[in-house]
Formats: sequence, structure tokens, C-alpha cells
Amino acid sequence: MMRFMLLFSRQGKLRLQKWYTATAERDKKKMVRELMQVVLARKPKMSSFLEWRDLKIVYKRYASLYFCCAVEEQDNELITLEVIHRFVELLDKYFGSVCELDIIFNFEKAYFILDEFLIGGEIQDTSKKSVLKAIEQADLLQEEDESPRSVLEEMGLA
Amino acid sequence: MALKIVKGSIDRMFDKNLQDLVRGIRNHKEDEAKYISTCIDEIKQELKQDNIAVKSNAVCKLTYLQMLGYDVSWAAFNIVEVMSSSKFTYKRIGYLAASQCFHESTDVIMLTTNQIRKDLSSPNQYDTGVALTGLSCFVTPDLARDLANDIMTLMSHTKPYIRKKAVLIMYKVFLKYPESLRPAFPRMKEKLEDPDPGVQSAAVNVICELARRNPKNYLSLAPLFFKLMTSSTNNWVLIKIIKLFGALTPLEPRLGKKLIEPLTNLIHSRILLCLSSVAVLISLSSGMPNHSASIQVMKYLGLLAMSKILKTHPKSVQSHKDLILQCLDDKDESIRLRALDLLYGMVSKKNLMEIVKKLMLHVDKAEGTTYRDELLTKIIDICSQSNYQYITNFEWYISILVELTRLEGTRHGHLIASQMLDVAIRVKAIRAFAVAQMATLLDNAHLLTGNTQHNGICEVLYAAAWICGEFSEHLEDPMATLEAMLRPKVATLPGHIQAVYVQNAAKLFSTVLRGQEGAPADSKVAQETSQLLIDRLPVFVQSANLEVQERASCILQLVKYIQKLQQKDVEVAEEVTALFAGELNPVAPKAQKKVPVPEGLDLDAWINEPPSGSESEDEGRKTKTKGKAVFAKEESRHTKPRYTEVDEKELAKRREVRKAEQANNPFYIKASPSSQKVYQEAVGVEHIPVVQIDLSVPLKVPGMPMSDQYVKQEEERREKNKADRKKKDKKKRREKGRQRRGDSGPESEEDITPAHMVDIVTEEMPETALYTIPCLFPSQKSSKHKKKKQKKEEKDKKKKKHQHHHHHSDGAGDESVQNGTVEEEEPLPVSKQSPFILSTQSNPCPLDIQVCDIQGNLHDGSQVVVSVIFENKCDSFIKSMEFNVMDSLNSKLQRPEGAGPHDSLTVPFQLPPGISNEARFIFSMQSIVMPQKLKGTLTFIVKVSWSCSPQSTHIPHYPNQIEVYLSRVPNTTGVDLTIKCLLTGSNQQYLLLRHPCNICPLCMCPCPSQADQTVSIDAKCDEPGLLGNVLDEIKLTFSQC
Repeated sequence: MMRFMLLFSRQGKLRLQKWYTATAERDKKKMVRELMQVVLARKPKMSSFLEWRDLKIVYKRYASLYFCCAVEEQDNELITLEVIHRFVELLDKYFGSVCELDIIFNFEKAYFILDEFLIGGEIQDTSKKSVLKAIEQADLLQEEDESPRSVLEEMGLA
Repeated sequence: MALKIVKGSIDRMFDKNLQDLVRGIRNHKEDEAKYISTCIDEIKQELKQDNIAVKSNAVCKLTYLQMLGYDVSWAAFNIVEVMSSSKFTYKRIGYLAASQCFHESTDVIMLTTNQIRKDLSSPNQYDTGVALTGLSCFVTPDLARDLANDIMTLMSHTKPYIRKKAVLIMYKVFLKYPESLRPAFPRMKEKLEDPDPGVQSAAVNVICELARRNPKNYLSLAPLFFKLMTSSTNNWVLIKIIKLFGALTPLEPRLGKKLIEPLTNLIHSRILLCLSSVAVLISLSSGMPNHSASIQVMKYLGLLAMSKILKTHPKSVQSHKDLILQCLDDKDESIRLRALDLLYGMVSKKNLMEIVKKLMLHVDKAEGTTYRDELLTKIIDICSQSNYQYITNFEWYISILVELTRLEGTRHGHLIASQMLDVAIRVKAIRAFAVAQMATLLDNAHLLTGNTQHNGICEVLYAAAWICGEFSEHLEDPMATLEAMLRPKVATLPGHIQAVYVQNAAKLFSTVLRGQEGAPADSKVAQETSQLLIDRLPVFVQSANLEVQERASCILQLVKYIQKLQQKDVEVAEEVTALFAGELNPVAPKAQKKVPVPEGLDLDAWINEPPSGSESEDEGRKTKTKGKAVFAKEESRHTKPRYTEVDEKELAKRREVRKAEQANNPFYIKASPSSQKVYQEAVGVEHIPVVQIDLSVPLKVPGMPMSDQYVKQEEERREKNKADRKKKDKKKRREKGRQRRGDSGPESEEDITPAHMVDIVTEEMPETALYTIPCLFPSQKSSKHKKKKQKKEEKDKKKKKHQHHHHHSDGAGDESVQNGTVEEEEPLPVSKQSPFILSTQSNPCPLDIQVCDIQGNLHDGSQVVVSVIFENKCDSFIKSMEFNVMDSLNSKLQRPEGAGPHDSLTVPFQLPPGISNEARFIFSMQSIVMPQKLKGTLTFIVKVSWSCSPQSTHIPHYPNQIEVYLSRVPNTTGVDLTIKCLLTGSNQQYLLLRHPCNICPLCMCPCPSQADQTVSIDAKCDEPGLLGNVLDEIKLTFSQC
């Protein structure tokens, strides 16, 4: 089971964090800081895996953004790497050639996509198509929510 | 009403949305913390409004801030509000925020149960979806219990979208509320055959996770999985299933057979194929200069796979030795560690030297201590595996071990030491060489102990001393070694090592005596040797370690006696040697088992007829203590079965006793490596502070052999052996050895913290000091200032700024804050702005501060509790006292969690006029050796519109192991001193203070005007630095009196 997933930039700025086990805020901060240091210190030519505390860390860098997952001892590294890649593909499809700024400004969307793909640290759906379809549907629903509200209506005048 | 809504909407148009916030934060890189605090204030305003859109916008922003590391737990209730909105847009935001911010101890979670239940049964599948997603992050045992049924119903929802989510959430629910597993399991099983592949794979995931925890219960599902495995085309699912079978097969061998049969051929052919392809990949990647990360990944996985294959097909891996050695050069530590694991299984007699040589190179290069330690243990593991099976030249091995001692800061000193002992004892031929090496080690002991603050390498001296002593007949110059072992510096080593030193010094002494008396030279030389021991041993007699004391005093007496005999020209060498005659042999722990029981001897049979009422001692005692002696006779009737039982118990007990004995006996080498550890623990080495000595330490230990030469030699030897087996190049080797001993290059490279500059002179104990005491008590000097209340407020503002500053720099992970703020605190206007400077005599400060007690807290590392008495001497009420002490390098005031390093502590009481009260402050200390003078400030408000601040007070602060307690005793004759010096440290440290009768506390008080005022203090301590400082402290106190 995946324990958590972090997205952070090369400058050490956290862009996204998702914890699949309830962790105290203080521990979260400490772990994030520690892990970022370890991962950022690694050279680009190094492998994507490292053992850290009792977890396996699998990370991959896409442009300036690091995608970093912590999985348990028995989990497969390659699958995790594949999960990361699949998530990036999903983001890419959704935003259309995604870049770091997309994730910064639409961070809630990124979370929604992640939640459709992984749930409770397990892969929910391996099919890109069905994940994107679910997101689209939910977005549609959201727009429906918003569209009938004209400015006037919103101001309570209609 | 309409107006209110209009107003809200217009406000909203000016509100920041998330994008604005993000942009704002990016634009305010300089003062991010300040910007965000204003943003949070805005958000708080927004949350107070009724408009749900505004609220959800605020919650969305909070979620972003939470990710940046700001605490948003205060908004938990607002998040719940947004979650319960009927609009999907807001609900989505609310659940997202909840999943990010809530954890098990968030109390509002209780409120959400009904809302979640409502959402779960919503007709809109996306409402249900977000609720499930959110739930997966913050499910608590309570929620799990309450909602388990609802989620179970969702598992058979019409929409696959909901089904798969529900299936996955069920796993979380099982974890939190295991009782739900039984009722839910049948349905979970059904889902394995769900028509939707997504649901199917979800169910496989969950069951695989469950099975990993307890595979036994899932054996019944094996056929189903078998079917899935053969039919499924989804690779993700396949991998999971194969993993699951991996867990199941050990439990059910038949399953294994069934599974493996169709797969065996496939796998077999693939392993070799795989292996060679992996090898090709690795060689490819190391051959190419610009290999990419993906190949690096392959490399890692390849090595991982190889280590698994190694267990079953060692031969096939061995052929790739060169490749694996290449991987050791890799930049990536993960890969290097994997390669190391592999090496273990690949050594043979032929390649051992080569591999170890390579590893030694890496040891030199390795920068991180963990990796270096890993290398060290691996080298020793590789060499010592299966009883040194692969070592052909033990001289080479000894020199490798000696080279390893060069490593600074390794934790594995004891490992090296046990190897040295083991080899020296078990390989007789090597002893002469080993002894020579150990003698050089001892001679250069200061290089090893140079910075042994917490360094395990000095453990090797233990082995070195023992080897030199036990096999002293091989020593070339036993006298020199003896002197090396009796250097005063030895007293800084851990106790158990000193003990071995002392014992072996005696052994050496006997060897030296025999040599000297055997020669026709005059007996003076021998007497000088005895004198040397008599001079040097007292240092050990005073050791804090009991073992050392005992051995040293015993040997000291012996030597004194020997000296007496020598003065009468009696030859004693023979008799002294007899003390250590005979050879100590290694005994394997299982040796007893190998002794065959002689025929006709039944160990269980009684030698004498068992007396009818007899019981083993233990039994008797037991029954007595239980008060059931009356029944003893009855019990004894069933003797036969009982006694065998007792015997077994006894055996076990004896076995344990023997184990303990072996563990404590350094000569039982074959015993488990724990023998060293046990020894260590018993003495508590960690508690003995080792003083750092100011020495320039050469990088290399002179005279240390370079193991490389052995590799060359080995090659030469092999070649020569081919040509001529009888010739050996021993001579050559010796010459080399001498040359090596000659070239010593002292290269200094030490930087020593100034805090530990310790003079070695103080070590000569006992120290006697004579001090005259002038008779005046030190008056507390403290500059005291008053200020008006306005000033105080100003200062408060300043403080706030400071705090912000801390937050900011903390976030950046910068530790140089200390200096910066200290500078800022200092210029706080003290004397300039205060209109009144009150002198101590004329107008006393309203507050009297006295440090009344300083106590060390031994259980918790190095904490000191300082009790301070505050006494209100004025007529007004004193309140809001804040106490602050600037942290020094060595000591830190412990502040509540979350407080910045310069925040003050609030004194937890107020003082009405004339009342005194005591407050305690905890300091944490780095070192207990140095005395501390800490400077602190105390601010307080006097209620009559007077404010006193800041007041600097010198608080004398003593190291935690000592209580120096000085107080004034009301006595008509003048000034008396009560001196109580106590060392409360670990049991090894103590300090005696003797008062010659003229300054006995309380009773015979000398009038200060009398002529004879001397105090002599005898102190004894195994920590020269501590002792010196204590004496200085006492001297200072007396000189101020």
C-alpha cells in the first residue's frame, strides 16, 4: 500500500501532498523536509529507488517537478514507478501538456485527479480513459452547478 | 435581507480567489509569512459570512495554505460546513479540505457521520464518490463502525464507479474496524468475479493486501485466483496475483506443485535469459558515459534480482563478478548497497583478496559513515564466513584488520577486536606477526583514541592489549610495549579496556622480568622495571571502574612484594611467570556436546539412592516459601518423572550460567560476538565521558602494514609456488616490515572544539590545594533599571517582531538564527533610556532573586533543574514575570514546544507584597564538565504603574553532576560556610571533600579574623576536566568570601 505521495519542485517547494495513513501534522512536516533533502541531493544519474526509514521511496523527476512515493517493504518498486508515470500521463491529458504552474494554480484539480486514480493508497482504476471520464463528468456537474447563476442572480437581484 | 445578500456578493467580488492567493504568495517572496498572516486574517473574515460560495473559496485557500505547512486546524468546523453544502462544487472542495486536514484526533469528525451517510446514499454518483474518497483519508474507528454497513451496500451499487471505490474503502474500514471483515467477506469475494475489470482489480488489490497479513485464511480462494491468473490480461492484476501466490504457496505445498508445474519450464528458461539480459544491461550502462536514469533503475532491479537468484543458482551469478564489482563504483548508494549484498555470496579462495582490496579502496573513498560502516561489516563478514574458509593468508587478514582501525568514527570497533582475538588465538602460526602488529597499535594508541568522544574504535585496543600480554613471548621489545601500556593517557580509555590493560601489563611484566633476569646483567634493570609499575599503577588504582581498581591494586601489591624480593637479590622471574603459565585455549560453545558419554554411564541416574524425603534444594526452598512444607512428603512419591524434569531445568539453568560465564570471560572467543557487548553493557561505558585531548593527530598510524603488499605477495607466492613450492620470501617481507615501521609521517588534521581544552596535568590525583579565605560574602551584583510602562509596551512590540522573524527563519531551516537575534536583543536600550538607575545599596530592587537549588536529572540525558526563588520586597503587587536566559553553546533553557529559541518563559505565579515563591526552570546541557555562567533577563510589571525591565541577572550555573551549595548560616561570630559537594553522577564518579577541623560546617566555626584559615580539599575523580573545573569553582568561591 502506498503511504504517501509528494510532489515538490527542484527548489524544495511542496506542490502536492497526499497521505494515505493518518499522520500527525508535525510528523508530516518532519518527514517531508527530511525526504526532500534526501531526494534533492541525489544526482540525476542515480536510480529512482532508495530505502528510507522502513519505507521504500520511489521517485521520478519530470522537468522541474519531483514525484515521490513512499511504499511499504513488500510493495513492488516498478509498479510504483508505473503509478507515478500513469499519474503524470493523466495530468498531461487533463491539462494538455501539463507544467508545474498548472499544478500550482489548479492544485485542487490535481488532487481530484489523484483521488480518482488512487484511493486509500491503492490503485483504483488502471484505465486512463475511465479515470478521465470520471473527472470530466464531475467537472461537468460542477459547471452545471455554477452556470445557471448569472451575475444578477448571484447578487440576489433576480 | 436582499440587501445583505447584495452586500455579501459585492464583498465577494473583491475577495481573493485561490489564483490570486497563489499569485500573491509568489509576488511576496520576501515577506511571505507576513503576507500569509494577512491572508489568514482575510480568510477568517470570509468564513464568518453566510454565503457558502465565499466560505468554500476560503476553505479552498486554506487547503492550499495547509499544504504550505500552515496550521489550519482552527477552521475544521468551517470545513465541515462546506462539506455539508448541497452543491457539488462546494461539497467537492469541502471533502478535499477534510481529506487533507483531518486526522484521527480531529474532534469535529464525529459531527460528520450523518453528513457522510447522507452523501453515500445520494442519487448522484459523484456525491457518493467524493464522500468515499474523503472517507478513505480520514476514516476513524468510530466512522468505520458506523458506516461499515452503508459502504457494504455500496459494494453492490449499480454503477461500477461506486463499486470499485467502495471495495477499496472497505480495506480501510477493515483496518480500523476488524469486526466488519467477517460479514463483508462474502461480498468481497463476489467482487473478484465482477463483470467490470476495474472493480475486479480493486477486489484483487484488497484481498492481496489482506492475504499478506494473514495468508492462511485465504487459501480457499486459491482456485479462484488461479482462474483469474490464467484468464486476466491486466498486467497490474497479474502482478498482484502472482505476489499473492507467493504468500500462499509456503502454506500449501500442493498448490505450489500445481502452480509451478506449468510455469517451471517457463521460469527456468527465463531466469537465465533474464540474468544474461540484466548483465548485458548493466554492462551497457556502465560502458556508456551518458547513461540515463532509466538504465540506472534497471541496474538496481537487476542487482536485486541477482541477489534473489544467488540463493538458488550461485554459479550463474558468480560469472558476473566483474560487473558487480563495477557497480560498487556507482555514484548511487542504493546500487552500491545492493552490490555489496551480492558480493557476500561470490567470494572464493581465489578472488577474496582481490575483492577485499577493492572494498578497502571504497572504504577510503566513502564519505558517509553509514556506508563506510556497512562496508566494514561486509569486509569482516566476507572474510570470516564459514570459519575463515576462504582466507589463505592470515597475515594479510591481520593487516587488513589493522588498516580498518584507521577508520574514524566507526561503530564497529568491537567487531574488529573480536576478529583480531579470534584469529590470534586460533591460528597459532600467525601469533608472532599479530603480536608485532598489536604492539605497534598499542604504541600508537593515542592516534586511535585521539577523538574518541563516542567512537568505538578504541575497542581494538582491548584486543591489542590482550594479544600482546598473552603472547608476550613473541614480542621483540616487551619493555617498550609495557611502557606503552602504562602511559597515563590510558586512564582516559573506557573501563573495561583499562582492566585488560592492567591485567596484561602484569603478564608483560613477567615476560620482561624473565628476560632481564636471564641475562647476566645487574639486577638493577629488573628493579627499575618493578619501579616503573609501582609508579604507574596508582593511576589505575584510583580508577572509577571497580574492575580496574581491583586488578590494579592486586597487581600493585604483588609488584611491591616482588620488588622487596628483588632488593634481597632473590630471583623471582620463574615464580612470576608461573602466575600466567599455561595456555588459554579457545573452546567452542558446543564443545561439551562432542565429548562422548562413556559407556555404562547414565547421567540421569542417581549416584546414591535418592533419600525418600529428599528434594533438590530449589524445590525445598520453593515449598518452604510457599508454606506448603507439609505436603513435601506426598510430592516426593512421584519422584521419578519429577526429577527428570528438575534435571532438565537444572541443565537449562547451568547452560545459562555457563553462557553468562563465557560472556564475561574474554578468553572464550568462540562464543557469540555478544560476549563483547555484554561486557560493555555491564560497565556502562557510555556513561564515562572521555576527555578530548588537544593533540595533533597524524593521519596514518606509523608502521601500519599496507595490505596491498600482501595482495602482490600473494600473487608472487602463487607464481612461486608453481615454480618452487619450498621457497618463501619471508626475509623480504620482514625487511619490508621494518621499512614500513620507519616511515611515519605526522600530518596533523585535528580541529578541536575549544570547549574541551583540558590540561592533562590535573589528572595527577589526588590534588591538594591550600587556599586562604578572606571573609566577605559575594554580594549579588546585578544592574537594575526601571522603566515606565510605555517602554514596556514598546518592548513587547519589538518582541513580536522577533517572533515573526524566528518563524520565518525556522521555515527556511536556517540555524544561524541564534547569532542574529542575540545581536538584536542586546541593543535593547537599558541604561540610556532608563531615567533612574538604582544602586543596590540605597534603593533595593523590588524583586529579590536567588538561585536556591540546582539539580541534575540523571535519567533524562543531561537536564538540569534550576530552582529560583523570587521574593517580592516592595509594597506593590508584581505580576507578568517573564524569565529568559540566552542559550549558550553548551546549555539551553527548555522552552515549551513551539516557542522560538529566544522566547521568554512566563513565571507561573504572581507575587503579592512580601511573598516569595519558587519556580523551576529546566536547562539541557551538552557537557557536564564545564561550569557555566548564564546571563538572563527577567521582566515584570509592578502594579503601581512602575515597570521594571529588563533586569539582567547573573545566574551562576553549575554542571549537572555537581551540587555546589553555598549558603549563609546565621551565626553571631560572622560568616560561616557550608560546603556540600556531592557528585550525583553515575556510580563511578564521586568526589570527597574533607574539611580539616577549622572549617567544619555549623559546628566548629573559626572566627574569620583568626590567623589560621586554610582549607585543604582532596578530590578524586576520573574525569580530569571535571575535577579541575570543580576545584576552580571552589577556589573562586573561597576567594570571594
